[in-house]
Amino acid sequence: MNIPRVFALAKKELKKTIREPAVLFMIFLFPVVFVFAFGASFGGFGGGGSVTYQVGVVNLDSGSSQHASQLFINDLLSTKIVNVKVYDDNQTAQSDLSQGKIQAIVLIPSSFSNSVSSYSITPNDSSRWVNTTVPLYLDKGSLVATQAIPPIVQQVLASSTNQDRQVPQSPIQLQTASLVEVKQASSLDFIAPGMFTFASIFLIMMVAQSFVQDRENGMMKRIRISPTTPTEFMTSQVLSYMCIALIQATLVFAMTYAMGFRPVIGIPAYAFAFILVLIFSMSNVGFGLITATIAKSSGAAAGLSFLFVLPQLFLGTFVGTSLSGGAQIAGKFIPSSYVTNALTSLFLRGAAITSTTILLDLAIVSIFCAAILAVGIVLYAKYFKI
Amino acid sequence: MSESAIKMENLTKKYEDTIAVDNLNLEVEKGELFGLLGPNGAGKTTTISILCGLIKQTSGSAKIYGYDVQKEAQKVKDLIGVCIQETAIYPYLSGTENLELFGKLYGMDKKLIKERSKILLAKMGLKEDAKRVTAKYSGGMKRRLSLSLALIHDPEIAFLDEPTVAMDPQSRHAVWDFIKEQKMKGKTIILTTHYMEEAEELCDRVGIIDHGKLIALGTPKELIAKNNVKNLEEVFIELTGRNMREEL
Repeated sequence: MNIPRVFALAKKELKKTIREPAVLFMIFLFPVVFVFAFGASFGGFGGGGSVTYQVGVVNLDSGSSQHASQLFINDLLSTKIVNVKVYDDNQTAQSDLSQGKIQAIVLIPSSFSNSVSSYSITPNDSSRWVNTTVPLYLDKGSLVATQAIPPIVQQVLASSTNQDRQVPQSPIQLQTASLVEVKQASSLDFIAPGMFTFASIFLIMMVAQSFVQDRENGMMKRIRISPTTPTEFMTSQVLSYMCIALIQATLVFAMTYAMGFRPVIGIPAYAFAFILVLIFSMSNVGFGLITATIAKSSGAAAGLSFLFVLPQLFLGTFVGTSLSGGAQIAGKFIPSSYVTNALTSLFLRGAAITSTTILLDLAIVSIFCAAILAVGIVLYAKYFKI
Repeated sequence: MSESAIKMENLTKKYEDTIAVDNLNLEVEKGELFGLLGPNGAGKTTTISILCGLIKQTSGSAKIYGYDVQKEAQKVKDLIGVCIQETAIYPYLSGTENLELFGKLYGMDKKLIKERSKILLAKMGLKEDAKRVTAKYSGGMKRRLSLSLALIHDPEIAFLDEPTVAMDPQSRHAVWDFIKEQKMKGKTIILTTHYMEEAEELCDRVGIIDHGKLIALGTPKELIAKNNVKNLEEVFIELTGRNMREEL
């Protein structure tokens, strides 16, 4: 392989990214503006402690002592992430929810205190528990609320009822649950991992358009006439787009940091996160090549690229946790979901980079991305017409 | 007898229901300036595409300096320079940057690239605009830069596919002078053009192809005399007919 040739082509691609306003916007400004707008709207500036969500509580607890339900409400208030409004009846609360005055309702059922008492008396004998379910109603029109509120309520419920989170069974169940650690976290913390994943997804469109444009204006022909080998050309493209992905991830990180995102992790974990994003960018180059193979014009390439952009975006980034069961299963076939999951474990759950979960996600992402890139290269080499 | 720079034997290219090149036999000598003429869709560009390794022939063989264009493509690529029909330049790079890039793709060192770029930009009248991004160039300037890119590595054989199309008379004459200079240096040039006066002015020999077949071959003077007409354009009309053709 002729290295100067590879670097010359990679440098050319980077110059294109910087010099073409449309490309510059899509690659760098769009993710930054998106993160800023999304973070400012739903995440808030300043990080932990900011009160963002309006949560209604309907206390129907009819136990002899309502101490447990009152403790739960007080704990919700003390999170400083939510504003709690206590309702006397469910109907009024539902009306407020439907009008967008609150973003969620926690319905404390009549058996709540009895359930907590039964657990306190015999924590290890589930046959003596009074089982109960705490319904959580969410504003389906609020994307972030559906994602951020369930884990907050779950965490508070678990701590205020003294349930050991390591024990999978307990008498009190929230209808929506998550294992995410929410203490002292803002909603920005929940969406930040998905934002990192999101940053490089639009490379799909850029790669597809770039290849089709070069084919349309004869540049691909000119390159093929030169002594440049297909391997050298593809290596240069993958290198340049990985470089772009790295810059994107840095910009998105800088933006989320400026908005208050402060993950308590070490330098190795940061390095790991960036490596993960780099590996992930290979799948986006692969999807871009597949798009370029089937697209007949650069306009068509932009449209067709959404066949891959949308699943990567909706099934695998910060949107993912509020998905239906079916969509979550579909997400298992999307590399972005594993990247987001690994980054969430890393940033929010404090998982070590050597933990099984992280390494498994890394392995799946690597296999997925290498396979998609290989398919992209093979298809493009075989079927594209000069 | 002179050595062959290009040799095609029974060269044929078939598409699904079309024969683009039909049993073509042709030799071009080293140092010769050869004009490949024909109406739209006659098979000129297909022939050049086979010779520079872009597409594979259906049957027959094509050799450049004795190297098979398919089996020894890498050696052939080092010998040839191709000015394709499209104005293929990177619009977001300057003229100099485009030349530097292709110089590197041809494995040239920095010093040589700089020297060649300077010469080519001066010859093509692009010296003043060398640092500007080519998106701001006029159509004629883009065509001249495209020709320069094809010749940055000073190839032994140049395929020039309609190099002067859409150029003003001044630019066209500048390119003619440049092509003549290349011939003086002993380079082999294959020129396709729709401008018959261009072929008559520049070419040592011309071959007229139609429907993929070679229908006439000789010097412009020989063809004019043989067909008893005034110029090459009349030879062309006489042999290919007056009906308009569409590009395939």
